[in-house]
Amino acid sequence: MNIIWMLVWIIVLFCVVMLHVAYATYFERKIIGRMQVRIGPMRVGWYGLLQPIADGVKSFFKEDIVPERADKSVFLAAPIICLVAMMTSLAVLPFAKGWVLADIDIGLLFVFAMSALASYGVVLAGWSSNSKYSFLGGLRSMAQVISYEIAMGMSLVGVMLMAGSLNLSEIVEAQGDSFLGMYLMPQCIGFFVFFISMLAETNRVPFDLPEAETELVSGYSTEYSGMRYAIFFMAEYIGMMVMASIGTICFLGGWNGPFPVPFFPPLWFVLKVYLFMFIFIWIRATLPRYRYDQLMGLGWKLLIPVALANIVLTACVKAVIG
Amino acid sequence: MTRPIRQHLEVPVADGDGERYSLRMGPQHPATHGVLRVDLELDGETIVECTPQVGYLHRGFEKLAESKTYAQGLILTDRLDYIAAMANNVGYCVAVERLLGIPVPMRAKYIRTIVGEMSRLCSHLLWLATHALDIGAMTVFLYCFREREILLDLFEELCGARLTFSYPRIGGVRQDVTGWFIDELQRFIDIFPSRIEEYETLIDTNRIWLKRTVGIGKITGEEALDLGLTGACLRGSGINYDIRKHQPYDAYDQVEFAVPLGSEGDVYARYRCRMEEMHQSIRIIQQCIDQLPPGPIVSPEAPELVMPNKAKATIQAGRSEYGTSLIRLIRERDIFLSGDVYVATEVPKGELGFYFISDGNNRPYRMHIRSPSFIHIGALSQIARGELIADLIANIGSLDVVLGESDR
Repeated sequence: MNIIWMLVWIIVLFCVVMLHVAYATYFERKIIGRMQVRIGPMRVGWYGLLQPIADGVKSFFKEDIVPERADKSVFLAAPIICLVAMMTSLAVLPFAKGWVLADIDIGLLFVFAMSALASYGVVLAGWSSNSKYSFLGGLRSMAQVISYEIAMGMSLVGVMLMAGSLNLSEIVEAQGDSFLGMYLMPQCIGFFVFFISMLAETNRVPFDLPEAETELVSGYSTEYSGMRYAIFFMAEYIGMMVMASIGTICFLGGWNGPFPVPFFPPLWFVLKVYLFMFIFIWIRATLPRYRYDQLMGLGWKLLIPVALANIVLTACVKAVIG
Repeated sequence: MTRPIRQHLEVPVADGDGERYSLRMGPQHPATHGVLRVDLELDGETIVECTPQVGYLHRGFEKLAESKTYAQGLILTDRLDYIAAMANNVGYCVAVERLLGIPVPMRAKYIRTIVGEMSRLCSHLLWLATHALDIGAMTVFLYCFREREILLDLFEELCGARLTFSYPRIGGVRQDVTGWFIDELQRFIDIFPSRIEEYETLIDTNRIWLKRTVGIGKITGEEALDLGLTGACLRGSGINYDIRKHQPYDAYDQVEFAVPLGSEGDVYARYRCRMEEMHQSIRIIQQCIDQLPPGPIVSPEAPELVMPNKAKATIQAGRSEYGTSLIRLIRERDIFLSGDVYVATEVPKGELGFYFISDGNNRPYRMHIRSPSFIHIGALSQIARGELIADLIANIGSLDVVLGESDR
């Protein structure tokens, strides 16, 4: 009986997240359109509201092209690896008090493990396409994810130290429901490092090098078409949402808000996640792209030392205060 | 059957040690500004060898011009640098006028200067838009297009076309400017400096932009001269050479403007040069509007350009009225001298030169176009060597090449 309930919850979560992903693209296109003196999608449905669905249907019916010289099995598996890894990390996210599929004690580590697995999908996609642009995109992605995973992991060590737990629900509980309880203020250095790493981890501007369209055409997804391309796209957006959720949980106090909302407990959580999404889009509209070596320099020479210093500082303060 | 073709298209692997590999960038690539193909030899992402390949847009204009009268040849120049077609038109007309010895009335000269500078703004706006987009700043792209749209609307008011104008004609311009045009142009140049500031807030002092442009694609002044670079690419390296200033044509000797110079010769210096040039263009347009003299817009000595009577033209299908009347009119004047002439004008990309050899006929015996883009592409291999792929993109953008002009 328990298993059936679990499956129902999984299906519900899947559908809700997919809907969010679809409308996150709409959200992005509308916001970025507004920032760039355009209007964004307007044609399909009222104010273009059906655009994400039209896009989904379109990519579903597009021809699925597999390059002749591609490593077929890996080529076909890569997007699925990406999507599955990203979807799996949703299981441990607490959307509200008790609203979590798997309340495990290593929640944070699990999310890291899954986001690292997702980069396998990207690397394999680049490798198996047998195209040089894809290959370069895959290589860039590998290097980028490895370096920024370190910085990101370290930036969250401060949070772990303060909360004394890796369980995401407990991290939220530890912050309490007051505004000042958020880890944003005491962990501002950690948040800074986390935020930049988050952009790099999700391949967003200014770190969208693996798919830098003006350099590598479309990077690792150059050879993909139709639904498989859409799966990469979905994985990227789920990745953005997962990272935004981690940011919300670890720094912004998760589902807690100024006042509780009894009929829909995750409201504050969703709002905070969308605040992150908005900032993602805002940055995309504002900044140019880093060069590959500069990106590496930033990661290793700035972010990792700063994150390390933050760990030492947090540990010392905790030892002194108790 | 298809096997040989595929083998031909396959990207070759450079050498056996597996350290280097070659990448064929283009002709279908989002950042090669048209159909430029660059054959790259790479070591990791570092460019070891870079060979630009042109010719994908070759339409044989120079040969085609030999079978067209001077008046008909004008429309070919629209298709050279289609981003700033007006500047090409002006360049062609200035060259033919010099060859035929036709004077141009003052009002036409001023109007030509105005449209020339407007097309410079058009071209620089598109350059900034794509250059920024190549480096990843997407919003600048759309901001630039917002202003370019106003300019294109003005061109539309002036001559009905937005891309291929053929507005100047030999000995003057085709139509006079309207009051609405002048008012709108005045409004545009009043707001435009603030718009330039808007672009600059996005990129000018942005750390990432500086990291991507400062010190990248360096050319010293001497190298730039050796490579034959002109325009902002040359001035970015600190060489003061601007045809508008040093061999003035049209009304450029009547107006005051500065020639912005860079010193470093890198991508950023070229960027700054073009941004400053936009300010100078505004200055020139303002002075031209203020000084615009009354009078005729076409010289009485200009060859008459009569549009054909449609009914007649269809009846005489074999020999259309248009062709014969033009030939007759130009023949009657009998002003064609034998000899050759090279006339250069400063188009947005650099020095656009037209070289005509005339044998006294009404068509050029030979027309050669010295197009700046072609020469700038040639410089790419020297500039890009040793840099990264990402820098190559910045360099292509910063050289400001248009393949329509390069391939002619």
